[in-house]
Amino acid sequence: MAIVRSLDPVAVRADFPIFERDFNGRRLAYLDSAATSLKPRVVADAVAGYLTRYSANIHRGVYQIAEEATAAYEDARATIARFINAPSPREIVMVRNATEAINLVAHSWGRQHVGRADTVVLTELEHHSNLVPWQLLTQEKDADLEFVPIDDDGRLVLDTYEALLRTHPRLVSFPHVSNGIGTINPAREMVELAHARGALVLVDGAQAVPHQPVDVQALGCDFYVFSGHKALGPPGSGALWARRQLLEEMPPFLSGGDMILEVHLRRTTFNRVPHKFEAGTPDISAAIGLGAGLDYLSAIGMDAVRAHERELTDYGLEVLPRAVPGLRIYGPLSSSERGGIITFNVPGVHPHDVATILDRAAVSVRAGHHCTMPLHERLGEAATVRASFGVYNDRDDIDRLAEGLAGVVRLFSR
Amino acid sequence: MDDLYRDEILEHYRNPHNFGTLNEPSAVHEGANPLCGDRITLMLGINDEGTVEAVAFTGRGCAISQASASMLTDEIKGKPLAEIARLGRQDVLDSLGIEISPARLKCALLSLDTLRHALDGRIEWQGSTDES
Repeated sequence: MAIVRSLDPVAVRADFPIFERDFNGRRLAYLDSAATSLKPRVVADAVAGYLTRYSANIHRGVYQIAEEATAAYEDARATIARFINAPSPREIVMVRNATEAINLVAHSWGRQHVGRADTVVLTELEHHSNLVPWQLLTQEKDADLEFVPIDDDGRLVLDTYEALLRTHPRLVSFPHVSNGIGTINPAREMVELAHARGALVLVDGAQAVPHQPVDVQALGCDFYVFSGHKALGPPGSGALWARRQLLEEMPPFLSGGDMILEVHLRRTTFNRVPHKFEAGTPDISAAIGLGAGLDYLSAIGMDAVRAHERELTDYGLEVLPRAVPGLRIYGPLSSSERGGIITFNVPGVHPHDVATILDRAAVSVRAGHHCTMPLHERLGEAATVRASFGVYNDRDDIDRLAEGLAGVVRLFSR
Repeated sequence: MDDLYRDEILEHYRNPHNFGTLNEPSAVHEGANPLCGDRITLMLGINDEGTVEAVAFTGRGCAISQASASMLTDEIKGKPLAEIARLGRQDVLDSLGIEISPARLKCALLSLDTLRHALDGRIEWQGSTDES
């Protein structure tokens, strides 16, 4: 049995230049990694390295720096494939973010396979990016959208899921981990159930890839997406993994240069996968930066990352309710079923006010609906406060959050 | 701890002035920031001379949005429409008396925006609301 290395947040923070800044004399307590992660120096260096030392276009030139750029870009693709245990880099399409990946599947696979009166099954947990593309697709095709509800603890109601599967949907999609309230969904089980009914499965891994080991082969799903900027990479990086056979059959999404083999005035043949889905010059430096970010996470080890965040979650679930009597926490209350996310409300105080006051103490949390308006409707709240953890957080950050919240309570009860 | 949440603002938030409804309002508008759940319903009683004789509001949301609404109702009560129409974003910020970050500007300006809509068609708005 492998020993899980433990992560040292102090050592980690030394690798992230942003912590050299002080905010009103205080170190940044950044608790919004679910929105985006901070970046280690190696990622910034990788981006700058491309821009300053070999900033050629990829896949085209035969001169040295073009070869260097192509190699670096394709190395990043291979790194991504290894990181999620995809069978091959050929099954990794590089995109700007998870949103683009989902749009790619909706347009390219969805328009061919979802027809009139077909069903797509989603959940009440969806981030808008895994909801709106399917709304538009099903509206265009006159197809149906169904939703797996959550119970009052924020867990998906699997009985309803199974019932919805009996309508033989074309596609099922759900978040691996909910960005809104942190629920970790039983992904493998849900994939098996879906496949038994002939549905394909797209798993939204945006909130999972940076925070726990992900193995798309073990999961058994058909499509998996994530955003690079949440996984220590630069904004503008991300990936879609899909089964080779699906990618071969899918028509292109965006078209133009680089995704072609031969172009004549009136007909064109397309490139092999995955390049068929990568039109135009991509965000080369972002992709290379993402490779560096994933390497950084691999060096820590994703089991260690998960263990670290789980420990912080346990600590937060313990100290925050003590700081705020009557604190409302949303989602499952056990850290085994929850990613490193604690979404809550302070009774009688609007989330914006909470977040603004915490900001004064250099504690960064998110206030609002976290791109999950339907989830918030279900929770019966217009807005919530969300604290989320990353490799650079420690108990001190949570203590500062608790202290800040106690201050909010005092201020509003004077 | 906080200039933003100074006593006056918290006071307006806890005990908002002119909170309630009017029986036969001359003008009504419900404004909201759907992104965060701030909402204000503003009711105005305007007499024949074009003066705001009565004003009331109800609402819920963050301290900035509600305090700003409370202060605005104090500001416009008894004033002629022509003068009210010159109110702009700076007047709101001056009443609040604090620095508002861009992220919270929408909260602070919700009440002014609601007022503008309530008076839509009645008067040409002069003041700058600067909603870029």
